[in-house]
Amino acid sequence: MTSHQRRLVHALTAVLAIGVLAAACASADPNAATETTAASFTPQPQDATAKITVWADSTRLPSVQAYQKANPTVPMDVVTYDGSADGSTYLQTKVQLFDRTGSGWPDVVFASPTDVTWASQPTGPSAQAFAAPVDEGLVPADTLKNFATGSLAPCQFDGHTYCLRNDIAQVVLWYNKSLLDQFGYQVPTTWEEYQALGEKVAKEHPGYLVGAIGDTNSHESYFWSAQCPAQQLTDAKTLRSNLQDPHCTKMAWLLDDLVKAGSVSKQGFFGQGFAKDNAGKVLMAYGPSWYGKYLFDSAFKTPAGQLAAAAPLKWQGESKTYTGNVGGGVWMISSHSRNLKAATALASWLTTSDDNLKGAPTYPAYSPGAKAWLANPANKDYFATDVSGVFQQAADEVWTGWGNTKFSDATAWSSVVLPAVTAGRTLTETLPLWQNEIASEAKSVGYTVTTQ
Amino acid sequence: MTTVDTPLVAPARRATARRVRAAGISGPLFVSGYVVLLLAFGVLPTLYAVYLAFTNVRGQFTGLNQFVRVLQDYRFWPAFGNILVYLVFWLLLIVILTVGVAVVLRSRMPAPLSAALRFLYYIPGALAGVASVLVWLFMLDPSVSPVGWLLKSLGLNTFAEVLAPGQLSLIFALIAFWTGAGGWIVVMYGALNNIPQEVLEAARMDGAGPWRLALHIQIPMIRKWIVYMVILAFAAGTQLFVEPQLLQTASLGRVSPTWSPNQLAYSYAFQHGDFNGAAAISLVLLVIGLLGAGLLVTRSGLFKVDEQ
Repeated sequence: MTSHQRRLVHALTAVLAIGVLAAACASADPNAATETTAASFTPQPQDATAKITVWADSTRLPSVQAYQKANPTVPMDVVTYDGSADGSTYLQTKVQLFDRTGSGWPDVVFASPTDVTWASQPTGPSAQAFAAPVDEGLVPADTLKNFATGSLAPCQFDGHTYCLRNDIAQVVLWYNKSLLDQFGYQVPTTWEEYQALGEKVAKEHPGYLVGAIGDTNSHESYFWSAQCPAQQLTDAKTLRSNLQDPHCTKMAWLLDDLVKAGSVSKQGFFGQGFAKDNAGKVLMAYGPSWYGKYLFDSAFKTPAGQLAAAAPLKWQGESKTYTGNVGGGVWMISSHSRNLKAATALASWLTTSDDNLKGAPTYPAYSPGAKAWLANPANKDYFATDVSGVFQQAADEVWTGWGNTKFSDATAWSSVVLPAVTAGRTLTETLPLWQNEIASEAKSVGYTVTTQ
Repeated sequence: MTTVDTPLVAPARRATARRVRAAGISGPLFVSGYVVLLLAFGVLPTLYAVYLAFTNVRGQFTGLNQFVRVLQDYRFWPAFGNILVYLVFWLLLIVILTVGVAVVLRSRMPAPLSAALRFLYYIPGALAGVASVLVWLFMLDPSVSPVGWLLKSLGLNTFAEVLAPGQLSLIFALIAFWTGAGGWIVVMYGALNNIPQEVLEAARMDGAGPWRLALHIQIPMIRKWIVYMVILAFAAGTQLFVEPQLLQTASLGRVSPTWSPNQLAYSYAFQHGDFNGAAAISLVLLVIGLLGAGLLVTRSGLFKVDEQ
C-alpha cells in the first residue's frame, strides 16, 4: 500500500467513524418539519403604490394585459410561466426557494388547483403559507357564493378559501355530429350505451375511435366521472384509495373491452403524432369542456360546425349523474404581497368580471361570468349545437369524492398505469399496481391511507 | 497530492522549493481564482449539505435518521437500481467504444480522415446538454424520427412503446454516450499519441498485428487515461438528471419523476420542501462516487508518480 492509499483509507475510516458517532448520539426526529402548525396570516406592511408581480400562463396573459391597459396607474410586472400545467412544479419549486431566501414571491399567480394544497400551508416552521386566505377581508363573501357548485372546493382548507377559481374543466361527451349522423348512430346517455356503441363502431367502422386513455389526465375523464374512489380525502390527513370498488372495476372493464375492440386508443390525444395520424378518426371523446377549442379546433383542425357536446354519462340504474374535472386553473394572491389591494383587485377582475370572462378562453367558474361567456357567440360558433345547457349542467355535476391531494394524481397514472397498458396489460390487471402507487405516494407526503 | 514521501525524491523536493521561491507569489495568485470559486460553489455547498443531512428543519441534530428515512422511501431503491443498470450500460459502452474508436483512428486511418472524424465526433459534446437531449426526443419518436423505420422494425411503433420502463436505462446510456463520448475519443486519441513510436515499431518488428498491438501495447499503455475516464464517467453517471427529467416532461409523465436518485433528491427538495432529506440522498451519492473513485485510484495506481 502506498502512502496515498494509506491516506485514502484513513480518510474513509474517519468519515465512517464520524457517521457512527453521529448515529450513536442521534435523537431528534428527522421529520420535525411536517407537523408544524400554520402561522396565521399576518399581512406585510402595505404600500398602495407598490408594484405587483403577476405570474400567468400564456393562455391567460392577454387577460392580464387587458387589465394592465385599462388600469395604467396600477404598477405591474407581468411574467409568463407554464402555470404549473401537466404536473410541472415550477411555482412550488420557486416558492420553496423564496421561502428560504425571504423574498421574491409573486403577488398574483395563475396556478393549477393542486397547487393550493401546498400553497395553503407553510413550507417550514419559519415560513408563512404562500396563499393568502381571500375570505379574510379581501374578497366579499357574496362574490365567493357565486362560483359554481363545488368549484371552490379545491381552494378550501380549514374553513378558509385560499384561491379564486378561474375556470372549470367539467367533463362532457364530445362527439363529431357529422360523422355520427353519417354512420346513423345515436348519442349514448349511459356508460352501457357508450360501451355498446364503441363495440359497434369497432365492427362497422374499424379505425374510428370513441375515446383514448393514453393522456396524463385520461383517468380524470373516465375514473373520476365513474365515481371511482381512487383518491378520496376522508379528512385532511386520511386518504382512501380503493380501486377494487365496483365503480372502478366497472370502468376498467369497460375500457379494456373497448381497447381490445380497437375503438378506444391506448395512445393519448395529446401524444406526439396522434393529431397527424388519427385526428379525422375521432368520433367521440369523453373529456373536459376545453377539448372543444383546444383539442378539436386547434390540434385536430376539425372543421367548424361538426363538433357537438352531450351531457356526461351515468351508470344505468343510478339516479344521479356525476362527472369529472380535468384541470381548470385558479388565481392565488400571495400572503407576502405589499399591495394586497391591487393584487386582490386584479385577481377579482380576472375571475369575476364580465368584461374579462365573456372573452375568456375557457369556461369560467364564476356562474354570472359563465352566463356572459355563453352569451358570447364567439365561444359557441364553432360547435354544431348549442353547448350552453350541457356545460352548465356538467359544471354542477363534478363529483366531489375525488380529493385534491398534496401530490398530483397524474404521476401514478402516467408513470405506472400507462406504461403497463402500453406493454399489453389490461387496466383491470393494473388496478392493484395503481392503488399501490397512490398509497405509497400518499404515505410519503404524510397521509394515513386506507384501502377499503 | 503533489508531494511524494520517499527519501528517493528529497533532491527533487528541494528543487521544487527553489522553483516556488523563484516564482514568488505568481503561482498561488494564479490558482487563487479557482480556489475561491471551488470553495464558494463546491466545498461550501457540500459542507452545507452535510449539515442539512444530519439535522432537521429546525436545525436539531438528527444523526443518521435522515439517511434511515430516505432509505425507507419506496422510491429510493428503484431509483438506485435504475442508475446501477444505467451505469453498467454506460461504462461498458464508453470504455469499449471510445477506446476502440480511438485506436482505429490512430492506427488504421489516413491522417486527414482521422482528423475530420475526430472533429465530427466532438460536435455532439459541444452542443449544450439540454439541446442534445432534445435532439434525442425526436430521434426516439417513431412518428417524427428520421430513423423511424428502424424503430418500427424493432416493433416500436409509438413514442410510448419506445419509453417502456425496461428500456429506459439503455436509452439514457445511449443519449449519454452520444453526448459525452466524442470528447473522450479525442482525449484517448491524445493519450495514444503519447506512446513512443519506437515501442510500436519494436512490437511490429516482433510480428504484432493490429489486434495484438492494440490489446497488448496501446491499451495497457493508456490504462491510466481509461481509469481517469471511468472515474469521471462514473461520477457523472450517478448524477444523471437532465435526460430523465426532460424525457419525463416530453413523454407527458410516462417516465417516473423520481427515476434517478438525483431526481428523487430534487423532488424531496422542491416538491416537498424537504431539503434535509434531499441532502441525505446527495450525500449517499457523494459517498458512492468517492468510494468508486477511491477504489479505482488505488487499484490502478492512477496518482502514482513515476520518478525518473
